[in-house]
Amino acid sequence: MSFEDYSGIWVFIEVKDGEVVPVSLELLGAGKELADKRGTELAGVLIGENVTHLADYLYEYGADAVYVYDDVIYKNYRTESYMKALLECCQKYKPEVILYGATSTGKDLASAVATDLPTGLTADSTILDIEEDTGLLLASRPAFGGNIMATILCKKYRPQMATVRPKVMKALTPEPGRTGRLIEETASIKEDDIRTKVLEIVQHTTKKVRIDEADIIVAGGKGLGSASGFQLIHDLAETLGGAVGASRDVVEAGWVEHHHQVGQTGVTVTPKIYFAIGISGAIQHIVGMQNSSLIIAINSDPAASIFQSSHYGIVGDAFEIVPLLIEQFKQAFNQEVIDHV
Amino acid sequence: MSEKFDCIVVGAGPAGISCAYELAKAGVNVLLIERGEYPGSKNVMGGVLYRKMMEDVIPDFWKEAPLERPIVEQRFMMMDKESAITFGYKGMEWGKEPYNNFTVLRAKFDQWFAGKAVEQGALLVNETVVLECIVENGKVVGVRTDRPDGDLYADVVVLADGVNSLLAKSLGFHKEFRPDEVALATMEIIKLDKKIIEDRFNLEENQGTTIELFGDATKGILGTGFLYTNKDTLSLGVGSLLSGLIKHKIKPYELLEYVKNHPMIRPYIAGGEPVEYLAHMIPEGGYKSMPKVAGNGVLVVGDAAQLVNAIHREGSNLAMTSGQLAAETVLLAKERDDYSESTLNHYKTRLMSSFVGQDMKKYKDSTHHFDKFPQYFDKYIPMMNKAASQMFTVDGSSKWEKQKKIWRDVGSAGEKIKLARDAYRAWKVMK
Amino acid sequence: MLHIVACIKQVPDTKIIKMNPKTNTMDRASAPAILNPYDAHAVEEAVRLKKRYGGTVSVLTMGPPPAVKAIKKCIEIGADAGYMISDRAFAGADTLATSYALTKAIEKISKIKPVDLIICGKMTIDGDTGQVGPGIARRLDMPPLTSVNKVKEINVKEGYAVVHRKLEDGYEVIQSTMPCLMSVEKEINEVPYSSMSNMLKAARYQPIIWAVADLEDVDRPQLGLKGSPTIVSKVWAPTKPSGGTMLEGDAAQQSQQLLNILLEKKELFAVKGGSGVEF
Repeated sequence: MSFEDYSGIWVFIEVKDGEVVPVSLELLGAGKELADKRGTELAGVLIGENVTHLADYLYEYGADAVYVYDDVIYKNYRTESYMKALLECCQKYKPEVILYGATSTGKDLASAVATDLPTGLTADSTILDIEEDTGLLLASRPAFGGNIMATILCKKYRPQMATVRPKVMKALTPEPGRTGRLIEETASIKEDDIRTKVLEIVQHTTKKVRIDEADIIVAGGKGLGSASGFQLIHDLAETLGGAVGASRDVVEAGWVEHHHQVGQTGVTVTPKIYFAIGISGAIQHIVGMQNSSLIIAINSDPAASIFQSSHYGIVGDAFEIVPLLIEQFKQAFNQEVIDHV
Repeated sequence: MSEKFDCIVVGAGPAGISCAYELAKAGVNVLLIERGEYPGSKNVMGGVLYRKMMEDVIPDFWKEAPLERPIVEQRFMMMDKESAITFGYKGMEWGKEPYNNFTVLRAKFDQWFAGKAVEQGALLVNETVVLECIVENGKVVGVRTDRPDGDLYADVVVLADGVNSLLAKSLGFHKEFRPDEVALATMEIIKLDKKIIEDRFNLEENQGTTIELFGDATKGILGTGFLYTNKDTLSLGVGSLLSGLIKHKIKPYELLEYVKNHPMIRPYIAGGEPVEYLAHMIPEGGYKSMPKVAGNGVLVVGDAAQLVNAIHREGSNLAMTSGQLAAETVLLAKERDDYSESTLNHYKTRLMSSFVGQDMKKYKDSTHHFDKFPQYFDKYIPMMNKAASQMFTVDGSSKWEKQKKIWRDVGSAGEKIKLARDAYRAWKVMK
Repeated sequence: MLHIVACIKQVPDTKIIKMNPKTNTMDRASAPAILNPYDAHAVEEAVRLKKRYGGTVSVLTMGPPPAVKAIKKCIEIGADAGYMISDRAFAGADTLATSYALTKAIEKISKIKPVDLIICGKMTIDGDTGQVGPGIARRLDMPPLTSVNKVKEINVKEGYAVVHRKLEDGYEVIQSTMPCLMSVEKEINEVPYSSMSNMLKAARYQPIIWAVADLEDVDRPQLGLKGSPTIVSKVWAPTKPSGGTMLEGDAAQQSQQLLNILLEKKELFAVKGGSGVEF
């Protein structure tokens, strides 16, 4: 394998309901930086049915070239068909880096492609960089349940591949009228070669989040005063799409059921955001949540030990602050959604 | 279909494992049932393992067991709020084979020990709670676990299910504890660099220290604390009678926080990171609280039989010996094919004639005595500290004057008589 | 009669693992080794399929000798047999080298009894990649079905399976030929409390252990560290709380600051599918 044969930064473009998903645009933004650093081209690989027109959109977001596989066979994502297209494209044009969104489609595809090439694949990266002279991709990611960050290298194989978490990278501001090269390709796969069929796609909205899997946990303690006061916790959790947690004394008081209990005798949790509201911060509780990525404490007692274990603390009345937050969050978030559409 | 074993041991702590080990070694079909994820996961012992009793079970165990440090020094610290009188003994003879005692971490040690029992042929089942003994015609014939199809049968069941032995209680062997019969111990494992531990405690590699804490360690409540050196952690704990905690409205972990911040202790643990927090009940009622230990088809060992010597902070050694004696008794019963109370009562006889029973009798009044007369802890230890401070402070007054002042400080003539009486009482219960 | 192989791994419990702040390494001794939680669901699903369609469940792991414990755990759940590959040559494997080694073991298991279905957990909690399952599928030329949260049907006679694949905003129903490989989500089932007979069976169980030499047609350079394209070049600890920033001001100001903090993490609140908020 001669590394000189490999050049260009590629982004797998994921299409959903005829539109490019946001993470693909974010990756074009990230990929552009890598490509500029290497003085090479940024390309998108676009696979789907009736997707060719999307190439123009991708140029505006930074792609210099777009490889297109447009065929009815790609109507729905299937590992075998998409993998085959990407593999053939890869073998023909030899990129040095391929980035994928860490979505169920992106991860599925990347894993299969990496095995067949074969090459190294770094999952769920959150930081990307590249060595200017060698082209070595430095993909960093949280590991061991977020306990450490690790930088992963793939020194001996090309292309280097990584899946990247959505919403971490920034898409470029689109440049209207920007154009690029379109390379139309056809893969050698036929419907009969594919062993899976998509029978149906069902969309549905979120359901209740399990506390040990939740990204967001809103936990309340005795400071909320009563079972009816604890309703505040449910309200905030619902607004944020998180799970409800509780300290031991709240569970013992019967305000919520035991499976909500966080701590030594309850569940150990490691969400991305942990709210501790009206929780004093006994060690039994702390051991169950201290590895959360972001801990926010609200307590009326400035001496509460929970503040020692929090990233952000608010001394104040939860019954004043939380309703305000719920209101503001709903407003702000609706705005966000509009921005994205 | 329910299986039948020769013997079922409930609880994989030092007592239960010793018993299962001995039985398996003798070829008995024994099942050991543990509630925790693995043996040791639910056990808190001060962290001292006594060589003698362990050696009786597994000779030369120190060559392979996961031990922390052999103890070469034992210190005792009588603490006041900002002072302490310390005495102790350090001897190099304890630092070489066959050693005296070791510090251990239960989670590692019990797992290893249980593994040895399994090597001998014992069957170990974890994460299973025994709900009750199955009793038929006045005889224990098996156990009911919380698992689906969870009934298991045996010729004899050994209860090693810890201080709050629900099983022994349900058989009517013991009553509910009074709060002055049980201590609540909390401890933390504090991670600290190996080298720092050795520097702070004046140790060489593979040497350990234990410090027993009295007086203000427990805010004057009857109880003791301890600080033990492990390889790269310290075990710091406090235990006090439940009655004292209730009376002083103090939570066990608050007591632990207090001792961690005590100026006599703080420097030892400075910079350390707490990695584990544990809480446990310890029977302190002594001889007088001992339940019935043998019945038809059943034996009670270890903490479940309240076998703790509160004064010398010993429990695991009594537990191991009781486990061994229970195993010997089971073998005897097997030989006679008679598991009735009259045969199994040999266990009680053996127990009482061993050091376990002797010590339990010797100290039968001690905990109760110190609980009844709290002045030992909340008054005399501070008094000793004050006296020592006066004696050793160089302020130009003569030692003669100092002694006079100390004696004056003890109080009125009535107080002096009381002190003398208390000293005599303490000597009487401890002798 | 189905023969299902569940691939499992023993992992340190990353929820409680401690870091050495000086060296930035993990103190593995601080975390007990457990069966990867996702794998418990994989085994449970295999056992359920066995009950539904008849057959046997074998589990397979790669690991050091103590990993036998993880296999025993699977026997508790209801697996029939356990295989372990254990050899120094496997050490240091990344996902590519791991899928290679496991594939070689599955080939050997297939010779004992042909494999109809392979089930893996979604990912391991120590690797967090989810790449090994699809890797095995590719190597064995089976369709990989990832993110499976329901097995709707298995038609043994006609040789196909119908599953639900979890998507960001719902699921898709996929039909695949068999043999195939599924990696399953936790939500696919609840792992029940094991029966006493399974506990006793597990306590007595001794898995079959193979070293590299026991496997066939092994290309050694593809094993372990040597066969791993990726390497870890640097690790560091993410910032930990140590008495954080206090948000000052009145309630309105405090909640505004809080909102700004949340908006920095807005990816967590992303509405899947982007079609409006439905809280």
